[in-house]
Amino acid sequence: MSEPAWTNPAVKWIDERLPIFTVMRHSAIEYPTPKNLSYWWNFGSLSGFMLVLMIATGVVLAMQYTPNSALAFDSVERIMRDVNYGWLLRYIHMNGASFFFIAVYIHIFRGLYYGSYKTPRELLWWLGLIILILMMATAFMGYVLPWGQMSFWGATVITNLFSAIPLVGKHIVTWLWGGFAVDNPTLNRFFSLHYLLPFVIFAVVFLHLWALHTAKSNNPLGIDTKGPQDTIPFHPYYTVKDLFGMGVFLIVFLGIVFFAPNFFGEPDNYILANPLSTPQHIVPEWYFLPYYAILRAVPNILFIPAKLAGVIAMFSSIFILFALPWLDFSRVRSARFRPLYKWVYWLMLIDVLVLGYVGANPPEGLYLVIGRVATSYYFLHWLVIVPLIALFERPKPLPTSISTPVLGGAAVASAKTMEKV
Amino acid sequence: MRKIMPRKAALAAAAALSLGLTFSARAEDQPNLPKQNWSFYGVFGTFNRPDLQRGFQVYKDVCSACHSMHLLSYRDLGGGGAIDGGIGLSTDEVKAIAASVQVTDGPNDQGDMFQRPGRPSDRFVSPFPNEQAARASNNGALPPDLSLIIKAREGGPDYVYGILTGFKDAPAGFTMNEGMYYNETFAGHQIAMPPPLSDGAVTYADGTNATVPQMAHDVVTFLTWAANPELESRHRIGVKVVIFLVILTGLLYAVKRKVWSDVH
Repeated sequence: MSEPAWTNPAVKWIDERLPIFTVMRHSAIEYPTPKNLSYWWNFGSLSGFMLVLMIATGVVLAMQYTPNSALAFDSVERIMRDVNYGWLLRYIHMNGASFFFIAVYIHIFRGLYYGSYKTPRELLWWLGLIILILMMATAFMGYVLPWGQMSFWGATVITNLFSAIPLVGKHIVTWLWGGFAVDNPTLNRFFSLHYLLPFVIFAVVFLHLWALHTAKSNNPLGIDTKGPQDTIPFHPYYTVKDLFGMGVFLIVFLGIVFFAPNFFGEPDNYILANPLSTPQHIVPEWYFLPYYAILRAVPNILFIPAKLAGVIAMFSSIFILFALPWLDFSRVRSARFRPLYKWVYWLMLIDVLVLGYVGANPPEGLYLVIGRVATSYYFLHWLVIVPLIALFERPKPLPTSISTPVLGGAAVASAKTMEKV
Repeated sequence: MRKIMPRKAALAAAAALSLGLTFSARAEDQPNLPKQNWSFYGVFGTFNRPDLQRGFQVYKDVCSACHSMHLLSYRDLGGGGAIDGGIGLSTDEVKAIAASVQVTDGPNDQGDMFQRPGRPSDRFVSPFPNEQAARASNNGALPPDLSLIIKAREGGPDYVYGILTGFKDAPAGFTMNEGMYYNETFAGHQIAMPPPLSDGAVTYADGTNATVPQMAHDVVTFLTWAANPELESRHRIGVKVVIFLVILTGLLYAVKRKVWSDVH
């Protein structure tokens, strides 16, 4: 790429000393992007937008919030009632967490369908998983801050998971709490970490983008770009496409914020935390329900008690995804050309939705049975089915380049067409 | 393109199904609440000011004997400030209501606490000084604070309305505990609160007939306002925001089509 000639003398002066304008031009304007990206590719930039929105609203909310177990609940209500547009800031932040996860989950499932985790994008995939884990920690601690019943009991249940670790578990839990129960010290450190982690996420997003711009974007065909005829500059093509998608996303998001702001919430969290009164059902936010179902599905396994086994299974459900680039060693990326993988992909999505449904219900009777079947299938999918398919599947022939099928108007270009070109 | 459509439809259906399942699962625990047609429901929902004022009267004359509303200030009744939706009282009316209560203030320069008439900036005065006093006066039960009661119960306004109108004689064979009352809406049907409303329990200034359903309707409207004082602003701004976004998104779509017209 040629060095851009900057005409503005101030820009030129800065750029010669610190090439921020050149870097921005390379990565946000000229960045050669496959020209066949579908709307499923909108959710990466949407996630980035949500992160910035969460940090912006969160910083302002923190100016009014009091992280003290005696004052936190009422300080949130003060934001809702006495701070100018405080209700708007808080409802955006509260529902923003849900929509951040919606965007990120769609982004991840898009990656799973089109094989975006495969070589040369393994590190890009890992960095994405690290972002997901950091997001989960941040969301969990943020949910504790209003100090309602579900905040308190959610924090109690989740921190207690660490007590399942043999020998040192109980000590770790006391250390996490800063006392002998979830209390003011816990709230204080959760607030501190809830403010810190989004900036860590921001840094990892930077690395995620760096890795993306090194390996370049995948695309619905899952084949490499062969030259300039396959790509278009990011700006204006994808900036405008992303903006249009963002408009649609914002209509749904702000529709919820303004007309059903407590749609994703639990009524119990509008009751002040009470260590002496346990809610009938302790349910996490919807974005944790599948993991919660896995946690509660696992029985005693040999000498491992159910609690420890459940914790191991829950953490494994995400950590297993780090190995995915090698578990799925099929060289074909896009599920469009993978007749078997395409089917199990949808089964996996259904399995996760079933786990979410089970996670919202008490672990008894039929729910427990369904939860166990769905949990088993979850691990079976990644550890057995995906490698076996990679081994035995006969993928459909790949198009030779992105331009060929796009020009020809067919999803699969025959070799003959290619010869003519 | 045609090949992709069923896949998109399937995904949308799966997402809708999962949401539906999740929420129907939550609704399972609920008794069948009679659904009321509330004026504040819907995108354009607002509160009827006469309902709010009658509802406040019910709270003041009946509920406030046991239930606090510590998140509200008297000035909220007049509206203005950060959230503009009061219950439609004038500044003088709000001052008069505030002045009718005694507030503990201090210490003064002698070091003593003292009583003074309330001011609009004071929070609603609680009926009991602390939880223990509240329990001691109520047979061991704690009357919950009502500031957020509508948001804090599954079913919201319909649930609270159901409790207020759900007092019945216990069916034959149902064993009641000492000092408990039968309520068909309450979980377990035994509630420590005696039936708070009876026909004519308050005398409405506007001459409305104070039946139990009327009073329940009014006080639930008031409590919904108390839990969501921003509701009217939220709906009003929300309509503008969504209309703006729909137009902006339409324009962005046109720009996108134009920009992409040379890509094949």
